[in-house]
Amino acid sequence: MSRFKDSEHLLRVALVFGVGIIAFVVVRTLLVPRSFGEFGHYRGNAIAEIAAQPVQFAGHQACEACHSDIVEMKNAGKHAGVNCEACHGALAKHTEDPGTVQPMKLNTAILCVRCHEVNGARPKSFPQIVAKEHNGGDLPCETCHQPHSPLLVPGAKP
Amino acid sequence: MNMTRRQVLMLLPAAAVAWEAVLAGTPEAAPNYKTTEHWWGMLVDISKCIGCGNCVRACAAENNVPEGYFRTWVERYHVSDYDLADPVVDSPDGGKEGFPLLAETGGKNFFVPKMCNHCADSPCTQVCPVGATFVTPDGVVLVDKQYCIGCRYCIQACPYGCRFLNPKTQTAEKCTLCYHRITKGLTTACCEACPTGARQLADLKNPNDPIHAFLRTHTVQVLKPHMATGAKVFYNDLDGSVR
Repeated sequence: MSRFKDSEHLLRVALVFGVGIIAFVVVRTLLVPRSFGEFGHYRGNAIAEIAAQPVQFAGHQACEACHSDIVEMKNAGKHAGVNCEACHGALAKHTEDPGTVQPMKLNTAILCVRCHEVNGARPKSFPQIVAKEHNGGDLPCETCHQPHSPLLVPGAKP
Repeated sequence: MNMTRRQVLMLLPAAAVAWEAVLAGTPEAAPNYKTTEHWWGMLVDISKCIGCGNCVRACAAENNVPEGYFRTWVERYHVSDYDLADPVVDSPDGGKEGFPLLAETGGKNFFVPKMCNHCADSPCTQVCPVGATFVTPDGVVLVDKQYCIGCRYCIQACPYGCRFLNPKTQTAEKCTLCYHRITKGLTTACCEACPTGARQLADLKNPNDPIHAFLRTHTVQVLKPHMATGAKVFYNDLDGSVR
């Protein structure tokens, strides 16, 4: 008996440790999100949250559903591989509400040279012009070229 | 409010179920999409890039990227044939508004679009101390904005310089490979806006994806292969001087 005469101290310490461990487990369960560790060392729900972000570019499939005439013309010409939103910009809002959200009118004098102004780093086979020499620099390109099928419009002065 | 002890005890299980639902959080956004069926990457064909900056603008519009920061950008390389190992690289405003004509002509000139390489063994996820950045089961490296503490370790760890600290949210940010689009069956914003098809989204787990035929028939490389990051952005026609 004399060997354990101070065992009360140990019991008290053990009690404090026990309460501490239980408190840690409870607080940890409350603080760590339930989906943490679902797929790895991260919050599994983060994947679904990031996937839920709204889209801005509708995608060319959405455009083709309504504008089949333009798509047909485009696919017959040199711009067949160029998606609608490459020039017209992000238009998911237009596909959701075609009546009120209208695409902006584009300025071909600014737009076309983004791709077709001469630049030594562009692939040699890519059609390039010096806009100043080609049309004076400010004449809209659609004067002679239909942007959806850009080979010269018949009857236009070259 | 008057409640007997019995009523309170009866309400406790209901409260527990409700709390469980709160902890479980938001449900799956794309119910038909299975993460285990995909392994995403991208193909960049340098011989097709014209440096128009469409991808940079599209990325900024799609992902609300703050001004002056880039999730994707385009670099212009000028390599002199007398000094192959020391290229001159410029990227004015990330190539967003295109590139001015080079005064110096001659040598080799080309564009290199850059972005997160969505590494299979990414250094950025390995250094994150809180589990805020991770590789999803379909191979996309993402950042959990709620968990990020803004310590910038991942920004230093990325060998490709693809991350930045969003000045508004003070959390790390980078290309998500338009995860919100590819899980809905769309392509990324940069691929959608690329006029020449220099960028192609690639699903390496899909046997019908054209990427497989391309990888078989072309000499494709990744950036910094010696870093062994398992990069999944494949470059066709990549010059040896590109860093």
